[in-house]
Amino acid sequence: MTYPVWDSQVAESILASLASDPGPVLISLQALQEHFGYVHSEAVALIASTFNVSRADVHGVLTFYHELRTTPAPEHQVHICAAEACQAMGARSLQSEVEGAVSAEVSKVYCLGNCALAPAAVVDGKLIGRATLAKIVEELK
Amino acid sequence: MKIFVPNDSAARSIGADAIAVAITAEAAKRGVAIELVRNGTRGALWLETLVEVEVGGERIAYGPTTADDVASLFDAKFYEGGSHPLSLGATEKIEWFAKQDRVTFSRVGVNSPLDLEGYISLGGYAGLKKALSLSADAVVQEVLDSGLRGRGGAGFPAGIKWKTVLGAQADQKYVCCNADEGDSGTFADRILMEADPFTLIEGMTIAGTAVGATIGYIYIRSEYPDAIAAMQGAITVATCAGYLGKNICGSGNDFDLHVRVGAGSYVCGEETAMLESIEGKRGVIRSKPPLPALAGLFGKPTIINNVLTLASVPAILADGAAAYAARGVGRSLGTQIFQLAGNIKRGGIVETGFGITLDALINGFGGGTFTGKPLRAIQIGGPLGAYFGVEKLDVSMDYESLIAAGGMLGHGGVVLFDESVNLAEQAKFAMEFCSIESCGKCTPCRIGSTRGVETIVKIMSSRDAAEIAEQKSLLLDLCEVMRDGSLCAMGGLTPLPVKSALENFPSDFEGAAK
Ligand SMILES: Cc1cc2nc3c(=O)[nH]c(=O)nc-3n(C[C@H](O)[C@H](O)[C@H](O)COP(=O)(O)O)c2cc1C
Ligand code: SF4
Ligand code: FES
Repeated sequence: MTYPVWDSQVAESILASLASDPGPVLISLQALQEHFGYVHSEAVALIASTFNVSRADVHGVLTFYHELRTTPAPEHQVHICAAEACQAMGARSLQSEVEGAVSAEVSKVYCLGNCALAPAAVVDGKLIGRATLAKIVEELK
Repeated sequence: MKIFVPNDSAARSIGADAIAVAITAEAAKRGVAIELVRNGTRGALWLETLVEVEVGGERIAYGPTTADDVASLFDAKFYEGGSHPLSLGATEKIEWFAKQDRVTFSRVGVNSPLDLEGYISLGGYAGLKKALSLSADAVVQEVLDSGLRGRGGAGFPAGIKWKTVLGAQADQKYVCCNADEGDSGTFADRILMEADPFTLIEGMTIAGTAVGATIGYIYIRSEYPDAIAAMQGAITVATCAGYLGKNICGSGNDFDLHVRVGAGSYVCGEETAMLESIEGKRGVIRSKPPLPALAGLFGKPTIINNVLTLASVPAILADGAAAYAARGVGRSLGTQIFQLAGNIKRGGIVETGFGITLDALINGFGGGTFTGKPLRAIQIGGPLGAYFGVEKLDVSMDYESLIAAGGMLGHGGVVLFDESVNLAEQAKFAMEFCSIESCGKCTPCRIGSTRGVETIVKIMSSRDAAEIAEQKSLLLDLCEVMRDGSLCAMGGLTPLPVKSALENFPSDFEGAAK
């Protein structure tokens, strides 16, 4: 997936659309990441000044949630479920097979809600059931 | 003629979209007039992709199908109910469904998820109608009398929580639905939201009108994009039809619903961390008191319930508390939506009264392991739940019996492992997961879990019996400290999978091979 490059004016207009929300910090970070693929370093100060909260508060939220990222998103992302139901179906070996075999960022997630069709993975946003290296490679094409 | 192909994310994860495309193309090629309906899944994930046709008012099923089967299905005139090697007969009569007792999930998978008319034709909104004809006290009493307990994990009686919120005086109250569903082995919240979102909306609306809350939030984990879209779509449809918003159904009650999305944090499923997260903050656990029922979201009285708890309410109101409470056993009344997962042949949703044995669930419905190798371990209740061995197959699946057996029901997920599992490895994972997901507030949870991983690694790699014994006793001490010194169940219950693994599978903790 490709995302537009960071643009503080666009970011400001995204934040403006959230101004009426009673708890805007997390949704602001999420909205910026959805648009730009990550949270740019300038975003912290921007959110802090827009919503009149401290930078420390914004930074605290940014670093708490596993999913928020501060580096640009790679072109391809593979998330492999590393939780118990998928472990029971070989997720550990799938993880090591996939790492190194694909030119994508490979990371772990904990349960994708597809535990009856384990192991599960997500390739560039698409959920794969009964995942294998071959299926993941195919999806990356 | 109507053909149904599920659009559930699990069905799509193994190719349902390709089947829908192939059916459309094949029908056009052969000049067969069809109406393709994308329904939700019925929860038999082992039969996905389950294609259905409507013939003479009856639904006929075929499965599990792949796109490669489509041409032969047309050859067999499946659209007229023709016979084919994948024929399963009438859907309702498939044993796996027929043996269930679907109450909360009665509408799941029948229609297209956003088809409001279809929803109403299957009894939808009868519960809200009933609720609006009763006093607030009477609605809460109905929920109390049904015996409904929280399905999110703790099993607290829903009616008592509602009563507290009803009795609280405030200018604003909230209803928050916990749809964080972080437990491994669980997916019922997701399926309900994707396949039958109006039932959850109806349950939340009943909760809101009963206690005087005019705003609701559904906190859905980000791993569930399709559930998020389905809920947002259904909220729009319900709002346009007057079932949400101002003066719902002409009752004078207002109720607005908002979706909030998580950001990949297990601990945000704990109710107070969820409130922090909805408020846009770090998902750190709040100390109780105050109870969220009195000072919850933005400091206001708040009902917090799991998806399945709220989704059970419409049926309770529509059919009466007594009908619901007639199901189940002891203090576990009504039905439980079990989720069969992991190394299992027939995985999916099994809704049935509490009190079914574990054996009937995983061998009867589940058909044993997927690999066909001997079953060795069963984890019930997610990452904080115990590991049982096959000697526990007779346990009755209800809140009290599971606790008595040294486990817990949690959110109703049941995960099977075959003989290849190493329980020391699983115990190590439990500690690792706790260290990754800890909110950081208490030392036993934050640091103890890391020490736990190190200790188990030592046990696994040691060849010295004395050292192994010493590390095991250290591990047990650590479990005790975590259990007693943690503010919430993240740190407090991580010892459960660890200790149950140690107790039920001692041979996996004997160190490295000599
Ligand atoms: C670490 C942790 C994670 C939890 N995750 C969830 C969850 O994903 N969904 C849920 O409904 N409850 C979860 N709970 C339980 C909630 O704190 C709370 O008991 C529940 O949402 C109340 O709703 P109920 O009474 O309808 O079950 C979790 C608890 C803990 C300690
Ligand atoms: S037990 Fe763990 S997750 Fe729970 S409050 Fe303490 S540190 Fe946070
Ligand atoms: S445990 Fe992997 S999808 Fe649930």
